[in-house]
Parts: sequence; structure tokens; C-alpha cells
Amino acid sequence: MKFLRSLAASFTGHTIRLFVRFLTAVRADWKGIEPIPKQRVYFANHTSNGDMPMIWAVLPPTLRRSVRPVAAADYWLKNPIRAFVGPEVFNCVLVDRRPEVKDKPMDKIVAALDEGASLIIFPEGGRNMTEDPLLPFKAGLYNMGLARPEIDLVPAWIANLNTIMPKGEVIPLPLICTVTFGAPIHVQDGESKDAFLARASKSLADLRPDAPDTASEVIA
Amino acid sequence: MNPTMPELPMDATTADILLLVLGACGIMLGLTLLGEFVRMRSDPRTPNPVLETYTTRVNSWWAIIILVGLALISGRVGVIILFMFASFSALREFLTLTAKAQADHLSLALAFFAVLPLQYFFVWMNWPELFTLLIPVYAFLLLPIVSAMRGNTKRYLIRVAETQWALMISVYCLSHVPALMMVPIEGFTGRSVLLVAFLVMVVQLGDLLEYFFGRRIGKTKVAPGLSPKTWEGIACGVGCSILIGGLLSWITPFGLIGAMAMAGIASLVGMFGNLVFAAIKRDRGVKDWSHLIPGQGGFVDQLDSVIFAAPIFYHLTVWGWSG
Repeated sequence: MKFLRSLAASFTGHTIRLFVRFLTAVRADWKGIEPIPKQRVYFANHTSNGDMPMIWAVLPPTLRRSVRPVAAADYWLKNPIRAFVGPEVFNCVLVDRRPEVKDKPMDKIVAALDEGASLIIFPEGGRNMTEDPLLPFKAGLYNMGLARPEIDLVPAWIANLNTIMPKGEVIPLPLICTVTFGAPIHVQDGESKDAFLARASKSLADLRPDAPDTASEVIA
Repeated sequence: MNPTMPELPMDATTADILLLVLGACGIMLGLTLLGEFVRMRSDPRTPNPVLETYTTRVNSWWAIIILVGLALISGRVGVIILFMFASFSALREFLTLTAKAQADHLSLALAFFAVLPLQYFFVWMNWPELFTLLIPVYAFLLLPIVSAMRGNTKRYLIRVAETQWALMISVYCLSHVPALMMVPIEGFTGRSVLLVAFLVMVVQLGDLLEYFFGRRIGKTKVAPGLSPKTWEGIACGVGCSILIGGLLSWITPFGLIGAMAMAGIASLVGMFGNLVFAAIKRDRGVKDWSHLIPGQGGFVDQLDSVIFAAPIFYHLTVWGWSG
């Protein structure tokens, strides 16, 4: 039974990856770092539910096998299908955001890091529905960087996904999505939480390709 | 294929296609061996980016020739499916770079999932009055209505105009390549798939030679600041296309002079089409349309000259030889 489940999980994973690749022709742009198997925390902008599968699908197989997305337990345990896909296909680290729960999210995250997993996190804490490129970051990224300072924190900008599947639309558009990976950052000695989070946010926002219309308006 | 069609011309057509594909494979084999020869002579420890680019391109060309060859051999359905896929890829590259808002979501979805399949369905059914009007009339009028109904007027004209451009280029123009198979030509029944091979070969080879001669002897820039194309390169490229057209005249219904003229016109229009696409890319601040084809950029980069040449080549074929 366990074997069958893991077979089903692997099959579902391949299907999701092929579907994502066909739909968005998603491409990884390794700008500041090479795709080598090294323990990392990838932190990305979050505008759509497709963000996590997108990063997961562009990672090369060896990296994908060792990466665990950090995701909300209340979302992924809502029904049996999600409870299968989240923990078993994507191998998510499920964290409970409710304050009354005993086990703290950071404990589970640090435990996953100590097992050697790389992580995918969305430091804005939720989907960004505003016009601004990024919401202010939550403290989680700083705490991870502080707890395990040797691990690379890698910014990853997901472009176009909000146009492909905006909130409230039913049909996704098959436009091209790009995930740009930037140079890794670390928490510096004595760096304050706010200073680090501002620096992390800037390193992510800097990867944003120019909006298509700005180039023409500059010339005009 | 049509079972009532006489056996002989079909077989002769397949043999001709095989001959063309084998010829192309021969050229590719030469290019591959050239690359391997240079690799053997160079020091493997020092990286050679020019050689790497060359090898990637040659490999992509192999894939393209094998795909197109298989499509041509399989006949009408194969060619239509191949170009429908090319249109889909070109449209996604184009619309990734155009201005749009969430108000356009439905009209863009219709462009991908209704207009594009319908266009190729009409080509397949050989209804010229529909596939020549669907995008310039119906999509042109109806999609802006769908966008306007959402009420967002910010940069409205730019949004609808760029969407229409994307459809005209990626779907309308490109679908005229498979449409060539449908032109009824006296004494050419069952062989019209060869017109597709003729158009693609004269335009692509002309481009390649234009690039080669432009590098060697080019001096006078056609559009300084936009493209490295030179008048000398274009003249040589078109000249070579005319010669290639003459050599390939046996696969066309045009006759020797007709084939040379058609090749020259298609190649010339294609080269200037290339210039138009360079201007659009410069406007959007990108080097290539996408990275879907390794070493060559995107589908639009690969097809730009064919895209421009196809509707004119189609019209001239219908005008001069249909009957």
C-alpha cells in the first residue's frame, strides 16, 4: 500500500510537471547562482496558487528531489486530494499558522533543514493582491538565516504568473512564465531583522524583468 | 489521403519529398561533421563559445528538418498539425510581450482556444473565404468588444491593437503556409504539399546566405541602428534564392522563370519581415522572442521571414496558377 502510494505520488508529480511545462513553457533563468545540488532556501514572490508548483517544476530532477516547499497546513489538509498532493507529491513541510497550536512553525522548518532538505518559502506570508511588486516580508526568512547561517538564501522571482491565471478567472492563458534565480544572501553579523528583511526584499524585487511597456515609454 | 486519388502522383510526390529531405540531411551532415572536425582540432580544455553555439544551432536544425520532413511525408494532416503547433508557440511568445490587462483575459483566452483552432480548421476544410476573413474581420471586431465589456479603458487601444497584431502575425500569416496545400492547380493534384517545402526552403536558405554574405562583403546598412543587415547581403541572399528556386522548379507548377520569380519575391519579403521583427524586439527591449528553441531563440525568431512571405506567396500562387 505504501509502495502504491509513493508510485501514485511520483506519477502525479510527473503529470503536474508536464502540465505546468506545457501550459506556461516555464523556464529557469539562473542569474546569480548555478543549479547545483547544495542545500538552499529558495524564497519567492507569491501572487498565485501556481507559484509553488512552478518553482518545483523548473528545478532540475536532483534538486527537485531534495526540495520541500513550506506550506500552510490549513490549505493542504482541507480535503483528501490536497492531503495527498501536498505532503506526498510535493513533500511539503506543513506548518500550522494558528496561534493556539503548540508546535511552532520554525521548529518544523529547522528540523527539515537539519535533515538536509532545501526549502521553498514565500516570505510575504500570503498571496500579493496589490499593485506593489512585493508585500513586506514576515520574520521567518530572517529566523531561518539566523538559525542556520551557512545555508544559502536564494531569491527566485516568478514572472507573469499573475497574468496567466489571475484571481477570479477560470481559463489559464498559455503565456511564457520565467523563474529567475538571483545571487544568494545570508544574515550578516549583527544585522537587524528589519535591515535584513529589507535587503532580502530588494534582492528579490531586483530580479523583476521590466514590465513590457516601460521600455517603449522610455524611448517615446 | 483521398482514396480516389490515382496512386502514381502520390508515390512520386513522396519520393520527391524524400529526395528533398535527404538532400537537407546531407547538408546537415556536412555541417555536423564540420563542427566535429573543428572540435577535434581545438583544445578541449579551453571553452569555445562560438563552437558551442554552432553545435546547438545545428542540433536544433536537425530537429526542425526531421520534424518538417515527417510532417511533409505524412501529408496534409501532418503539415496542418505542425503549423498549428508553431502558431500556438508563436502566439504565446508574442502575447507574452504585448500590453494587456486582466480585462483582456477572456479575449486572450478566445484568441488561443477559439480563434487559433478555428483558423486551422478552416484551412483544413479548405474554406478560403473563411480563413482569409476570420482574423482580419471577425476577430478584429469581436475581441475588442469582449475586452471593452469589462470596462477597463487604461491603454485600451494599445492593448487591442497589439493583440490583433499578435493574431495576424502568429496565426493568420503562418496558417497561409499549410493553406498552400489547398490551392487547386491544374495538373498539380496531390503534389501541392511540395509548395510548402519550396517556400520554406527558398526563404530559409536565402536568409542563411544573406547572413553569410552580409558578414563577408556587407557594407551599406539597410537600417542603421536597428539591424546588421546590408544591401549587399540582401542582394546576394535574394540572388541565391532565385538560383535555388530555379534548381527546385521541378517540384513546382510555376515553370523555371516563374519559380525563380516566386523564390526571389518570397525571399525579399521575408528579409524585410525580419527587419520588422527586429524593430518590435528592440521596442520591447528583448534580444529573442523566447528560449523555446535551444540556441535559436523562439519560434518567431525562427519563422519571422516565412511568416512575412507566406500570405504574399499564397496570394501570388492563387492569382497566377490556380484554376
